[in-house]
Amino acid sequence: MPNEMQTPDTFSIAGRDYHSRLLVGTGKYRDMDETARAIEASGAQIVTVAVRRTNLGQTPGEPNILDVLSPDRYTILPNTAGCYDAESAVRTCRLARELLDGRSLVKLEVLGDEKTLFPDVLATLKAAEELVKDGFQVMVYTNDDPIVARQLEEIGCIAVMPLAAPIGSGLGIRNPLNIRTIVENARVPILVDAGVGTASDAAVAMELGCDGVLMNTAIAAARDPVLMASAMRKAVEAGREAYRAGRMAPKRFASASSPIEGLFF
Amino acid sequence: MSGQSPTELTMKIHLNGTPTDVADAVTLAELIHALDLGNRRLAIEVNTELVPRSRFDQHRLAPDDRVEIIHAVGGG
Repeated sequence: MPNEMQTPDTFSIAGRDYHSRLLVGTGKYRDMDETARAIEASGAQIVTVAVRRTNLGQTPGEPNILDVLSPDRYTILPNTAGCYDAESAVRTCRLARELLDGRSLVKLEVLGDEKTLFPDVLATLKAAEELVKDGFQVMVYTNDDPIVARQLEEIGCIAVMPLAAPIGSGLGIRNPLNIRTIVENARVPILVDAGVGTASDAAVAMELGCDGVLMNTAIAAARDPVLMASAMRKAVEAGREAYRAGRMAPKRFASASSPIEGLFF
Repeated sequence: MSGQSPTELTMKIHLNGTPTDVADAVTLAELIHALDLGNRRLAIEVNTELVPRSRFDQHRLAPDDRVEIIHAVGGG
């Protein structure tokens, strides 16, 4: 029997293999130093950034996120956070591609309202179609809806990323059955994006068969973000190994672990 | 913008949402230089259209152009 511990267990995004299945955001940290230390501890190889107006005439020496997280070391995944329509999402992606010297990997999210930050699915589908046509490699944030996930895959998105719970809520996997169905249907990587609160949530996502987990607030809003980043790294690894190992069948009643034979009383 | 002589012809553009006086027919390369952003990793769109970095030298702005200079920030 091959030693499964030694089999490389990578997953592939846009033709590149990654050993870390934890993807992390870079928002909400106290400062650049904490950002860098947390990301280091997470072991993540893919990190998300947002695209915003440059502060003109303010603190010219201020370090930029891409000075701290070099695109040579990390795969930078620019997102379209804050976009509420397809057009602004497409514009954002074009700017991001220019910013990153033509790298075409993007995280598409088109939001529906500020209270839930749930995706506007129709606008997401429209933007995805346009971006794929324009040569982008689209990882897409969406609902935990298996039908929409399949449609996004059919459009040509290279990864589908259903939410586990609302962005920044930390409520955990609210609909594990849907996540499992999405995973079972998919031929592209499925990553849980948004809603993870603590390490066990990340492990559950991986045990459901997801290819990875993307999170930001669960790490950045922890009392000790660097320690939580380390916990998340282990949880994602543990959940993945448990999925590959194949869990025991649950039983309603007990089953003794010690043998019955040889009892001497 | 600083460093401009008062006699120089100027025009108004919308720079990151703020009405701003710039030199007449300024190029994007000159604008970036004047803003002291020469070494920064940034991208620019003019009137919602991306202008590639390779065209910053040639692209001249016109009055009322809406210019967005963007960069990467921390985000999820």
